Amino acid sequence: MKTEEIIKGILNGDHRSIARAITIVENEPTEGQKIITSIFPRTGRAHIIGLTGSGGAGKSTLIEKIVREYRQQNRTVGVIAVDPTSPFTGGAFLGDRIRMQELSTDESVFIRSMASRNYPGGLARATKDAVKVLDAAGKDVILVETVGAGQSEIDVMRVAQTIVVVHAPGLGDEIQAIKAGLMEIADIFVVNKADRENANKTVMDIQAILQLSNVENPWKPSVLKTVALTGEGVPELVDKLKEHRNYLEQNPGTKRALLKSIAEEELIESIKEKTAVLIIEDLRNEGKLDDLLKRILKKEIDPASAAEELLKEKLRKN
Amino acid sequence: MQEKAKIRVLIAKPGLDSHDRGAKVVARALRDAGMEVIYTGLRQTPEQIAETALQEDVDVLGLSILSGAHKTLFPRIMNLLRKKGLTDIMVFAGGIIPEEDVAEMKKLGIEQIFGPGTTTDAIIKYVFDNVRKRD
Repeated sequence: MKTEEIIKGILNGDHRSIARAITIVENEPTEGQKIITSIFPRTGRAHIIGLTGSGGAGKSTLIEKIVREYRQQNRTVGVIAVDPTSPFTGGAFLGDRIRMQELSTDESVFIRSMASRNYPGGLARATKDAVKVLDAAGKDVILVETVGAGQSEIDVMRVAQTIVVVHAPGLGDEIQAIKAGLMEIADIFVVNKADRENANKTVMDIQAILQLSNVENPWKPSVLKTVALTGEGVPELVDKLKEHRNYLEQNPGTKRALLKSIAEEELIESIKEKTAVLIIEDLRNEGKLDDLLKRILKKEIDPASAAEELLKEKLRKN
Repeated sequence: MQEKAKIRVLIAKPGLDSHDRGAKVVARALRDAGMEVIYTGLRQTPEQIAETALQEDVDVLGLSILSGAHKTLFPRIMNLLRKKGLTDIMVFAGGIIPEEDVAEMKKLGIEQIFGPGTTTDAIIKYVFDNVRKRD
């Protein structure tokens, strides 16, 4: 498919075009950028929801039920499920979709599995662009599920407007919940597998930690209980998701600040990425990297100072 | 920085048999060979498989079936792939597919049948040697 065809297809909501576009933004920076540049003005409508939490908490199963609920309300939905790439083999087993397969034939739902490709933080580098494609394609709600290591999925902030942290009772010491970042980023906490007997304790533990928080926030994160396997608690969760969306709409200052910080993160990251490509290419071609590597191995200079030296010279020339 | 394009594979289980150990072994082997593998889980309809292949934009589709329903299901799957314009995907199959049915399956467009006893190395090599990058 030609790029122009793909762009037209995306704006028409065509699934094949969406699929091709996501592959291109994953693999081909130049063509990918053409697509994003064209569709960017048509983004900004979707409600983007990030879900993170430990592996085994039930995120994928929960997402399947959330999608069904939105579909009951006639909303169209996109799902991006990110799983880790093996740092040793470069391969990945993308197994989140298994829980959502019955949705495959719903024409209003688009599900895509992405491998993290060793990008840090829980998302894949191309996830933000994949979200833009789904947004421009007209999906009302986009759910992004991140790699389930549970402790450092802060990257989900940079793409989502509403962040849901999913817990399950018995996944370990509740102290897990206090680990840096997870408590602070959640707009909504979900305790899934709430049919287990220590579920109420988990809810109380989270509420207790929230009360200790010093952060001033007009939006008070709630703690909801769900049983993803049966769908219990999901309508209430979707209500809460919509409530957060409304809160953002009614507080344009908050929404603007949120969108601004998301955009700023992305801009800075793009600058870093492009700068690195340009400068490192040059340095490699000029043989400068090798020279400094020899000196580092001889312990004549440390890597950080070596980088400074290289950059000073490079920037002076320009 | 440009990523070397990964090979994306869909391993699917059409029909009603619940024997997926082989499918999972193949999936893991392909992952360990550096590919990105999506597994559908059990009891997939041809419609589910074809639409999944489209959404995931895979390069390769592996069909695992042990129920004997391949002569009914494979033509439907290949038809749907064609209807959706997914003619560039490499399709192979495995499981229990009798020798006398292999020629018929290949005529449908299934490139290889990897029967019991096939090594995962053979499958990996076949994919690397024959995969076509999507257009």
